[in-house]
Amino acid sequence: MGACRMGALRVLLLVLLMGAAALAQGPTYGVGRTPSAEEVRALDISIGPTGQELPPGRGTAKEGALVYRAKGCAGCHGAGGTGGRAPVLKARLGPEADTWRRGRVLPVRSPFATTVWDYINRGMPLNAEGTLTPDEVYALTAYLLSINGVIPEDMVLDQESLPKVKMPLGDAYADLPEWKPKTRRLPGYPY
Amino acid sequence: MTSKRPGRRDFLKGGAAVAGGLTLGAVAPVVGQTPASPPMIKEDADQIAYGGRSKHVTSVRIPHGGRPSPDNFGLTFHVASPLQDSVGVITPSSLHYYATTRGAFLPDIDPREHTLMIHGLVDRPLTFSMEDLKRLPSVTRLHFIECAGNRASARQRTVQETHGMTSCAEWTGVLLSVLLKECGLKGSATWFVAEGTEEVKGASSMPIAKAMDDCLVAYGMNGEAVRPQNGFPLRLMVPGFEGIFHTKWLRRIKLVDRYYMNYNDFGHLDQDPKVAALEYQIGPKSVITYPSGGQQLRGRGFYEISGLAWSGGGAIRRVEVSTDNGKSWKNAEIKGTAQRMAHTRFGLPWNWDGTETVIMSRCTDELGQVQPTRAQVAAHWNVPLDPSYSVPGLDNTIFPWRIASDGSVQNGRA
Repeated sequence: MGACRMGALRVLLLVLLMGAAALAQGPTYGVGRTPSAEEVRALDISIGPTGQELPPGRGTAKEGALVYRAKGCAGCHGAGGTGGRAPVLKARLGPEADTWRRGRVLPVRSPFATTVWDYINRGMPLNAEGTLTPDEVYALTAYLLSINGVIPEDMVLDQESLPKVKMPLGDAYADLPEWKPKTRRLPGYPY
Repeated sequence: MTSKRPGRRDFLKGGAAVAGGLTLGAVAPVVGQTPASPPMIKEDADQIAYGGRSKHVTSVRIPHGGRPSPDNFGLTFHVASPLQDSVGVITPSSLHYYATTRGAFLPDIDPREHTLMIHGLVDRPLTFSMEDLKRLPSVTRLHFIECAGNRASARQRTVQETHGMTSCAEWTGVLLSVLLKECGLKGSATWFVAEGTEEVKGASSMPIAKAMDDCLVAYGMNGEAVRPQNGFPLRLMVPGFEGIFHTKWLRRIKLVDRYYMNYNDFGHLDQDPKVAALEYQIGPKSVITYPSGGQQLRGRGFYEISGLAWSGGGAIRRVEVSTDNGKSWKNAEIKGTAQRMAHTRFGLPWNWDGTETVIMSRCTDELGQVQPTRAQVAAHWNVPLDPSYSVPGLDNTIFPWRIASDGSVQNGRA
């Protein structure tokens, strides 16, 4: 077989491969409809660490303290974020303590302030979820971060400032291992 | 208290004589007379339409972990399955364990209105109706689900209390990989977020490799629609991962380029990468369900020890049972074919000699992972083993039952 023939085969193989790749990128079944951009925006309540999904709005800790009272948050979480039946929102230990020793308190241990905003927005208050305005969620987030000494009392949280809040945990937490099929749950762990 | 009743071995030895005795002991049949009939169950239209179980079968789920379900607000937290009464590997849907992260109300979803939207780092965001999903190629697979809180303690009495936060069902639906290919994954999509429809809209981040391997968007459970308590009309199955990832009432999947740090993700954070790794895929685990805590052996003689084994790492390859407190082990019979990430029933014939003993099981999965003792885990992590030691990750340690000489069965860790 000559070199020329080999080259032709290679080209043919390449063309076939490219064709397969192009096919793999198209829909196979054509089932399902395309949601409108508004639909996606309305349903997409996931606020990631960059905060790119955050809506316009603003709030401070002082405003948040009023919202906390007005929305009955104290009924479950206690006045000032402690002493209720629901999860504690103010760590017993202050910012001088090691973050891991301050307990599993959302506005303290979460590595991103966006997690606090996201959870208040999606899951609070109990039985009236999804009723808070963006301003109220910004204000409540500011209040919880402020009572834990994460941000100053007068800081305004908005689309720009919230993702930039430096959380006490920083990146002092373990990343998950890369998961692969048919792999032990932890390399070297026999159990 | 030793029973005077003969064991099975004696029964077999007795052979024909015993069989003859049985005939003599029965009411002598009279030619032409039909045997007396039991009382009848009065059938009504509801029983014809959807059958119930016998009133003599009373096995039920119980609230788990010391918090009532429903609580004073009507929220359901954790509910455990009666494994002590289980046979085979399928948990009836009515007895399947269920759990919510913080306590949740059960959403009443109209399947005609329900959709699953897939968006984010895809070429074509798509919204699927339930009808759309049922048009697509389906798969049917047995899979267990287990709650990360399924942790036995020395205080618990029954296997329902020690191990009841796991169940196994036959799930039918569309592979998530099929849906993601339909949307066209962008190269930057390395994680996905799955979100439910319940009031808290529970969401978790999961690796894309898992999505493309075996995640299942399930609409069927044990031959009918998924039950509301298990996510009607749509549940994400993430085989072998901790229960919290199996998103119920699934409404949205977002493709992202990083761990998205949802509230559920934040709950999984750990300082130690090894511990973090163990809070993901479930290790090999087994437990004896018969005889188990609270049950009573009726005297010495033959019993088939029976139990369940499962692993997040794949299929169960081997189950061993010890009837002498771990001194010696025998291979148990695996009933039927062990499925990947599914409860597997095992059995071991056993003649109890009527003396106090401790029984336990251990399993090995297809990856060679072996179910450990608590002492082995403590030794691995180089920490002292005391009764309060909590093993890292979902507790998959070997669990003992103590059989007293009166035939009563108790928690072997008590």
